[in-house]
Amino acid sequence: MTETELLTWARGPGFQIASIIFALGIMLRLGEILMLGRKANLAEAKGSAMSSGLRTVFSRTVPDAATFKRSAFTVTAGYIFHIGLFVVIFLFAPHILFFKDLLHVSWPALPSPVIDATSVITIITLVIVLVHRLRDPVKRFLSNYDDYLGWFVTILPLITGYIAFHRVGMTAPSLIAIHLLSVQLLMVVFPFTKLMHAFTIFLARWYNGAISGYRGVQS
Amino acid sequence: MTKDLSRKDRTLGETLRSQGVSRRSFLKFCAATASMMALPPSMIPTIANALEKARRPSVIWLSFQECTGCTESLTRAHTASVESLIFDSISLDYHHTLQAAAGHAAEAAREAAMEENHGKYLVVVDGSIPNGNNGYSTIAGISNYDMLIETAKGAAAIVTVGTCAAFGGIPHAKPNPTGAVSVSDIIKDKPIINVPGCPPIPVVITGVLTHFLTFGTIPDLDNLGRPKTFFGQSIHDRCYRRPFYDKGLFAETFDDEGARQGWCLYKLGCKGPTTYNACATTKWNGGVSFPIEAGHPCIGCSEPNFWDGGGFYKAISIPTENITKTTMYAAAAGVAAGVAIGATGRMKKSAAGKAHQKVTIDDLEK
Repeated sequence: MTETELLTWARGPGFQIASIIFALGIMLRLGEILMLGRKANLAEAKGSAMSSGLRTVFSRTVPDAATFKRSAFTVTAGYIFHIGLFVVIFLFAPHILFFKDLLHVSWPALPSPVIDATSVITIITLVIVLVHRLRDPVKRFLSNYDDYLGWFVTILPLITGYIAFHRVGMTAPSLIAIHLLSVQLLMVVFPFTKLMHAFTIFLARWYNGAISGYRGVQS
Repeated sequence: MTKDLSRKDRTLGETLRSQGVSRRSFLKFCAATASMMALPPSMIPTIANALEKARRPSVIWLSFQECTGCTESLTRAHTASVESLIFDSISLDYHHTLQAAAGHAAEAAREAAMEENHGKYLVVVDGSIPNGNNGYSTIAGISNYDMLIETAKGAAAIVTVGTCAAFGGIPHAKPNPTGAVSVSDIIKDKPIINVPGCPPIPVVITGVLTHFLTFGTIPDLDNLGRPKTFFGQSIHDRCYRRPFYDKGLFAETFDDEGARQGWCLYKLGCKGPTTYNACATTKWNGGVSFPIEAGHPCIGCSEPNFWDGGGFYKAISIPTENITKTTMYAAAAGVAAGVAIGATGRMKKSAAGKAHQKVTIDDLEK
């Protein structure tokens, strides 16, 4: 297989396969979670579950002072690489074209040098986060293969994308093909690892808030 | 005939002088060639010396499954350039389109050139070779496959001109009815220099020939057999519209404000980022322009399988197939599967609840 054929495969069947596994996996897991259901709470409601749930979806975005004090590094680094990922994935012109093709909506892009700098910051932060995870005894104890696999498939497209943008070592068709394949690996692994939190986080926040709201306590 | 032989014996320098090319123009050509081949200025006298003394090498040009566009590209220079004179100055002993002879006489010229220059002649090939059924393309009753094998035997090197000869090109495009293949798919024991493009840039051809005449070797090639000096950088990296790409300024359609302002054509499907060629630097029509400068995205014609790359007007970052539909179907299947699994779980739970036998105090006292 030549490099052009590899790129054509990655742009065609590669994306088809990855999209099927990604969409099917995500919906399957969300379907399973929602189908679990909850027993009816027979206790008298002391507040609104819905409004508390919705409020919590947003309020948990800002860490409370005590949490921040206790885990300042985790919170800060987490914010940096999550925002970095958002910028790199959603605000780079070629990526926006991908989403436009998929969703038929478009939005303005950031200049390439901004994306370039953001990807470097994100890669460095992700490396620091891993080092921290390995050096912190509690985090290391709590980590399993899922965490390391999730980290690996997240940083891989960033690195391959950075290399493809700067054309290091190989020709452009190979580098872009490798980048696309790394993205497809992320898509395939996504629904079956902790990366699924991207889709469950707001659901979980709402549920936490809703329980508290029903009991009439602060969430 | 005598006149012809004497012409053959003349060196390239003598030929050029007889055609009125001044020493100054000749050295200018040598300097331009040195710069194109990324050689230091100190190499200019070496090139000039080698070209001065070079005897007209015998070149056999084989045209197989092709459109003659490559020959048109080489011969339709707007002005008689020095490089075209250099091209005149090789001994082009066989070329369907350009030779006066036809039929058996033409084939006899090829055979004579092969015999006289065995081991020294250059074979230039344009067009792909049908390998499914050799009868798809024949010349004087000889299949392209047989002619290539026969002619390549005594060649010093082979230059493939155009994407068809280099990578199969358009005849190789799906569904490839003739089973078209490239020269390198068939010939394995000769040095092959690929000069792809649809068509290739004339000055790149003369550059390759100049390198061969100057050094007697084939130039440094990339992983696809293309001379690195001409195919070492992508169109995107040398494109004058690159700053617009970096700033995020794109033409969205062919006649919007962005197109009029000359912004980047990436969104219109430009294949510049994945295409290696010298268009952006040497340009076309005597250095006048190149497709991107004329407002059309690069179609990536010097890359293998460029015809099957998912559409000329589809940006590289866009999947070639309709993944919106795929994703929707997959999501629907996922919902169905999730609900089914959840429902099965609920049924199990409910069945377990029903099957549960309550223990009474009487049971315990038994």
